[in-house]
This record gives sequence, C-alpha cells and structure tokens, in this order.
Amino acid sequence: MKHRYDLLLILLLLAAAGVLFFLLRPGSAGQYVLVTADGTEVGRYPLDEDRTVTIGEEDYNVLEIRDGAAAVTEANCGDHTCVRTGKIRRSGETIICLPHHLVVKIIGGGGETADAVSGGIS
Amino acid sequence: MSARTVARFALLTALAMVLSWVEFLLPLPTAIPGVKLGLTNLVVLFALYRLGTRSAWCLSLLRVLLVSFTFGNAFSLWYSLAGAVLSLLVMVGLKKTGKFSVTGVSVAGAVSHNLGQILVAMAVLRSAAVAYYYPALLLSGTVAGICVGLAGAVLVRRIPL
Repeated sequence: MKHRYDLLLILLLLAAAGVLFFLLRPGSAGQYVLVTADGTEVGRYPLDEDRTVTIGEEDYNVLEIRDGAAAVTEANCGDHTCVRTGKIRRSGETIICLPHHLVVKIIGGGGETADAVSGGIS
Repeated sequence: MSARTVARFALLTALAMVLSWVEFLLPLPTAIPGVKLGLTNLVVLFALYRLGTRSAWCLSLLRVLLVSFTFGNAFSLWYSLAGAVLSLLVMVGLKKTGKFSVTGVSVAGAVSHNLGQILVAMAVLRSAAVAYYYPALLLSGTVAGICVGLAGAVLVRRIPL
C-alpha cells in the first residue's frame, strides 16, 4: 500500500514545519532594527525612536520606525514582498527584500534566538 | 527519435511554459516569497511517469531556460534552476524506491523546490536570515504538493499520449 508511505512523508514534513516554527518563533519586543545589504551591516536603529530612513539610492527601500515597530513602507523593487510583510517588532522577526539583497531584522530583547544575540549576521 | 516523440515532447514543453507563465501572472498574494502552487510540476510529473527519467530532466531544464529567457532575469534563472534540479533529483530518487505514489513524489518535489530556492536566496543575500521563511514554505509546499500530486496522479493514469 503506497499511500501509507505518502501519508507518513506528509506527516513528517508537517511535523518538521511545526518544529521549525517553534524554533524560529519571534521572541519578545526587540530593541534595535538591524539593516544588512549583501551581508554587510548598513544601519542599526533603536526601535523606540521614530524615524524614516531611505536605504539605497537607485534601488531604494524606505524603512519607517514608529511606535516601537519597523516596516518597509515603500520600495522600487519588483515584487514588493518587503512592503507586504508589514510591521515587525519582536526580536527575530525579519523583513527581506530579495531583489535588493536587503535584510531588516529586529534584534535585542528577551527570548531571542542565538542568531539574534550574535547581531543577526550569520 | 521519431516525429511522434518530438511532437509529444514539444507539446509538453510548451504546456510547462504556459503553466509557468500563468503562475508568473497570478502570484499568490502572500508576504512570503516562494509560496506557489507549482502547476508546472504537473507536466514534470507526467513526463517522469510516462516518458521516463531522461525526458523529465530534458523537459524540466529546457523549461527553466526558456522561461528565464522569455520573462525572467539573470537572478530568476538561478532560483528557478536550483528549485528545478533539487526537486527533480529528489523526485527521481523517491520514485525509484517504489514506495511512494505520484502524490508522495510530488510533495517531496515541492518542498525540495522551496529548499533549493531558499539556498540560492541565502547565497544571494549572504545571510541565513531567509531561513526564517522556511517553516512557512515547508507548510505551503506540502499542501501545494498534495494538490498537484493528486491532480498529477489522475493525469498520469488517464491521459492517452
């Protein structure tokens, strides 16, 4: 009976997804927004100060920090996935703009993963 | 190679391209890049089960190249190639064990497609941050793989070609 193995595989994958969700779950409210482009840090801003930063010139993403949350509100990338991600505020939460090779990540705060402690660059 | 084989192969390649195009035109509105149904895998599965491993490889690679050249860019070629190669490697391997049906093979293909793309994204971003998306992709890939696999099983059984 082939379907038994199919079912086993599906259950295994769903369990793996569950475990990964748990391991990568965001922690409590973070302290900083870390911005990296091509793996290099381009900015680090405290979450408790409102500000709007434009990252990049020709290829730009507008990062808005307001009321303890960060969001990419505007960008000229093709897919706008970064804008659709919405607000992030908890340690470990991430906004990614693949076309611009940009990673915006919340760091600091309690309950973060080892990755966030080390500054988010791994 | 008979004219019949050539025609059959061309038909499937065209179909795979059209399905890629449909998914390109109608992306699922999610905040996670890479979430998709994977309609093209219907054609790859069909080729794998009905025409053999070699045909499936030719079809899949040809589709990736043609699609990237017509409506992709230099970057989308690598994403698409990594997804297609990893997924077909896994599907061929799983089919060989003889323990899985079309649906199981399709599910494994879907999640490995997502994995291939995440690996390329990690290389492009030079950061492991994209791994953050993988749990969601694992979930969506499994569900999409089941849907495509069930439909694929019907096609493999019923289509006279």
